[in-house]
Amino acid sequence: MFDQSIRSLAQKLRQKEFSSVELTQEYLNRISSIDPTLNSFITVTDELALKQAHAADEAIAGGNTSPLTGIPVAHKDLFCTEGVLTTCASKMLHNFIPPYESTVTGRVKMAGAVTLGKTNMDEFAMGSSNENSHFGAVKNPWNLDTVPGGSSGGSAAAIAAGLCVAATGTDTGGSIRQPASFCGITGLKPTYGRVSRFGMIAYASSLDQAGPMARSAEDCAYLLQSFAGFDSSDSTSAETSTQDYLESIEAPLTGLRIGLPKEYFGEGLDSNVAQIVMNAIKEFEKLGATVKEISLPNLNLSIPSYYVIAPSEASSNLSRFDGVRYGHRCSDPQDLLDMYMRTRAEGFGKEVQKRIMVGTYALSEGYYDAYYVKAQRIRRLIKEDFVRAYQDVDVIMGPVAPTTAFGLGEKTSDPVAMYLEDIYTLSVNLAGIPAMSVPAGFSNGMPVGLQIMGNYFDEAKLLNVAHKYQQATDWHTQTPSLVKGA
Amino acid sequence: MNWEVVIGLEIHAQLATKSKLFSGAATSFGAEPNTNTTLVDLGMPGALPVFNKEALRMAVMFGHAVNAEIGMTSVFARKNYFYPDLPKGYQTSQMDHPIVGSGHLDVALEDGTVTRVGITRAHLEEDAGKSLHEDFQGMTGIDLNRSSTPLLEIVSEPDIRSAKEAVAYVKMIHSIVTYLGICDGNMAEGSMRCDVNLSLRPKGQQEYGTRTEIKNVNSFRFIEKAIYSEIERQMDILEDGGKIVQETRLYDPDKDETRSMRSKEDANDYRYFPCPDLLPIILEQSYVDDIKASLPELPTQKAKRFEEEYSLSEYDSGVLSSSRAMADYFEIAAKVSKNTKLAANWVMGEVSKFLNQENIEINQSPVSADALGLLLSRIEDNTINGKTAKDVFQCMWLGEGSADEIIDKKGLKQVTDTGAIEAMIQGVIDANPAQVEQFRASEPDKRKKMIGFFMGQVMKASQGKANPGLVTPILNKLLNG
Repeated sequence: MFDQSIRSLAQKLRQKEFSSVELTQEYLNRISSIDPTLNSFITVTDELALKQAHAADEAIAGGNTSPLTGIPVAHKDLFCTEGVLTTCASKMLHNFIPPYESTVTGRVKMAGAVTLGKTNMDEFAMGSSNENSHFGAVKNPWNLDTVPGGSSGGSAAAIAAGLCVAATGTDTGGSIRQPASFCGITGLKPTYGRVSRFGMIAYASSLDQAGPMARSAEDCAYLLQSFAGFDSSDSTSAETSTQDYLESIEAPLTGLRIGLPKEYFGEGLDSNVAQIVMNAIKEFEKLGATVKEISLPNLNLSIPSYYVIAPSEASSNLSRFDGVRYGHRCSDPQDLLDMYMRTRAEGFGKEVQKRIMVGTYALSEGYYDAYYVKAQRIRRLIKEDFVRAYQDVDVIMGPVAPTTAFGLGEKTSDPVAMYLEDIYTLSVNLAGIPAMSVPAGFSNGMPVGLQIMGNYFDEAKLLNVAHKYQQATDWHTQTPSLVKGA
Repeated sequence: MNWEVVIGLEIHAQLATKSKLFSGAATSFGAEPNTNTTLVDLGMPGALPVFNKEALRMAVMFGHAVNAEIGMTSVFARKNYFYPDLPKGYQTSQMDHPIVGSGHLDVALEDGTVTRVGITRAHLEEDAGKSLHEDFQGMTGIDLNRSSTPLLEIVSEPDIRSAKEAVAYVKMIHSIVTYLGICDGNMAEGSMRCDVNLSLRPKGQQEYGTRTEIKNVNSFRFIEKAIYSEIERQMDILEDGGKIVQETRLYDPDKDETRSMRSKEDANDYRYFPCPDLLPIILEQSYVDDIKASLPELPTQKAKRFEEEYSLSEYDSGVLSSSRAMADYFEIAAKVSKNTKLAANWVMGEVSKFLNQENIEINQSPVSADALGLLLSRIEDNTINGKTAKDVFQCMWLGEGSADEIIDKKGLKQVTDTGAIEAMIQGVIDANPAQVEQFRASEPDKRKKMIGFFMGQVMKASQGKANPGLVTPILNKLLNG
C-alpha cells in the first residue's frame, strides 16, 4: 500500500477498495510507528487529516473528484498553513500559528488532498543535510546513520519511508533535488515564477521556488498540476499559462537532444555517481535520444555568487523576526536593543545567524559593489550559459550531488565542504530554470539521483523525459528495508 | 560675516489612494489601531507585496506637473533597519531608479519675484506604522494602520535661500498635489511632512557648509519658524568660530528651537538593495503620454487664465487659484452670479472671513458655491444691496435657507419704487432742516462729503432696503432743489 502511485490509489479510492479515511489512518499509524526513528515530521495533523479524508470520501461518493482527492500528502514546514503550527524548523517560530494559508498548500487542499502534517527541514531552508533543525536532524531511511539531504529532508525521507504519498518541498539552491537524490525519490524544482511564493516563508526571494516531491515523475506531475500557475498575490509569479503536465507525459523520446555539460563531470564527482549517471544517459540513448557534450563555463562561479545573493536576501527577509509581533521573544527584555539582540540570538540557529551576518556584510556600504553587484553580474553570465545551451539541446543532464548521502555530523564542522554539496544544483536556481532529480541507481546501497534540467517553463518536457525513463527502469520503485519491514 | 542660507527640502506627500502601496488595506485616517491592516502590512512570514498601480499613476502625474523626467524603468529597493513600527525590518522604497527624475518649479514669492527650485527626484515608498508610548505602562504600543501607506518623497535641490522661499516652495508643492488630487494636503494629520536640510556659507563661497536635517516639520508656519531658529543656531556657532555637526534635529514648536536627535555617526547603514519581491516597473511611452494629456489645469496655469479670462488682478488670481477647491468655488459662484469681480471679492472677503473664523476649508463651507452665486445674483438684479447681502450670507451660513428664502422671510427685498424712495428722502430732508441748510450753504466739493449723512439716514429709514443706486440721484435732486 505504501509504495503505490497516485493514479493507482485514486483508482482504488474511486472503486471503493478502501476509503480515504482508511488510507489516511494507515499512514497516520505508520507515521507514529516509524517516524520516531526518522524525525521527518515536525507536526502531525491527525485530526485535520481524518476530517479532510472524511470530506474526500464524501466528494468521491458524490463523484466530485480530482486526481488528488483523498490522497495523503505532507507539506514542508515553511508553507504557512492556517491554524496549523508553522515553524520553519526554527525556535524563532516554535509557537507560530499562521492566520492564513499559503497559495501552494491552499491549492493542494482545494484539489482534495489530505494533509498528514508538516515536515522537518533545515532551519529557514538553510542547509544541505537537514541537520540545522531546531527539532533535531532527520535520518535517511536508506541508512539511519546518514543524512537525508536538505533543506527539504523531511519531505524526502517521509516519501522514501512511505510516510506520505507525496509532499511539497522548496528549492533555493538544490533543496528539493539533493534530498530527492539522497533518499531515492523524484523531485522537481519548477521555473522561477511558475509556482506562487505567497505564504512560503522566504529564505532568498529571487531563488526560492516550491515544487513537488514524490516517488515518481507521474506523481510529481499530479501534484504540480494542482498548485502551479499564476497568483496575483505574488508579483513575481509568471502569467505564462500552465501546461497539462500529464497530457504529454507519455510522448516518445525519439530525437530528444540531451546536453552533457563537461563541467558537471570534473574533479570532486564520486566515480560511482559518475558511472550511474552515464548508465542513465545510455538508457536515454536506447529510448531514442541523442547526446551532445556542451559547456556551462561559469558553473564554478555559482557557489560564490549564490553564497552572496542568498544570504543578502536572507539577511533582509529574516529581519521581520524581531520578537515584536509573533514567534519567539526573549524573556524580560531590558530595552528595545536588548529585546532585538537576545530574541534573535536565542531564536536563530548557528547556520541562520551565519548567513544573516554574511548577507549583512555583503550589502554594507563600501562592500555592496564588490559583493552583491558582482554576484548579480555572475548570475547573468550563468543564465546566459543556459540560454545559449538550450539553443542546441532540449534538456541538460548531470549528477544532482557529487556523492551519495553522507554521514550525520560528517560535514557539520566543514562549512565549505557542505557548501560544495550544492555545486551542481545552485546554477539552476541562479538561472531560474526548472530541474528534476530522478532515481538512477545505487552506490553501496545508497540512492543516486540523475539531474535533468529543462528550458524555462518546460516542466512538461522534464516530466515526460523523467516518466519515460521511469517506465524503462525500476530505480524509483525501490524501497528501503525500513518500508518493507513495517 | 555675511552668511548665505542654503536649504534643500524633502517633502513626504501621502498619496490619496484608496488602498495601501503594497496591500489592499484601506488608508483611511483615524481607524482603531491595527484594523486597517493585512498580512502584508503586519509583516507576516510569507506575505508578499503587490504594487498599487494607482500610486504609480499619481507619481507620474506629479512628475509631469514639475516638468520632470519620468523614470521609464523604476525599481523598488529595500531600506533595511530595525524599528518596532517597521514590521518587515525594512522599508520598501526606491533608490537608484526613482519613478520621477529631475525637474523644476518656478516659485512666485510675495514680492513678485520668481525663483526656480530644482527637483532632484521623487520616489515612491511605503510609510511605517506608529509607536505609541503612552498608556502602556512602560511598554510601547504599535499601531500598523499607517504601515505601507503610499508616500511620494519629493527631494529638492539645495536651491532655496530663505525661510520665505522655503515656505513658498512647500505651498506650491502643496497646491500642486492637491490640484492633482493625489494628496489631501492635510499637514495636521501628517498627509504632508517636510524635512529641512539647512547649512550656511559665507556669501560668495562656492562649497556648501556642513548641513543639519530637521525632521518631520508639519505646518507651513513651523517650517518657517524652524528655519529661522536653525539659522540663528548655526550662525551663533559659526560666528563664535565653532563647527556645525552633521546631524538630524527635531523642531520643538513649544520652545521654538531645534534639538539634536542623532549624529551622523549613529546613522544607519541602510543596506539598500533591489527588492526581490517586486519586479521593476517598466512604463510604456503611451501610458506616460496619456497621463500627461489628462493632467488637470495646474495652479499657475489657472491663475494666468483667471487674469486673462476674468480680468482679475495678478494678486486676486493668485489667491483664488491657490487651492483647487477655492478656484472651483470661485468659478461656480462667478458663473451663477454672472459677475466675476463681485464673486472674486466675496470669495476672498466674506467667505474667507467666515472660513477663517471657524478654521475650516472651503470644501467644508456650509454655503455652497451655487448658493453664494444665487445670493450675488440678487445683488446684480438689485433685489438687495451689498450690505443686506452680508446679513443674508450670515443667515445662509447658519443654515437658515437659501438666499431667496431668507430675503423673502425677512422682507429684505430692496425698495425700487422711485415714488416711495422720493417720499422717504423727503421725510429725511424734513426731519433734518439744520443739516439741509448747512449742505445747501456749502461748496460743491464739500457737499459730496456731506451727502453720506443723508444717504445713511435714508438707508436707516428704509431698514437698509432702499436701492442705493436709485437713492443717490433723487437725493441729489431734492437736496440741490
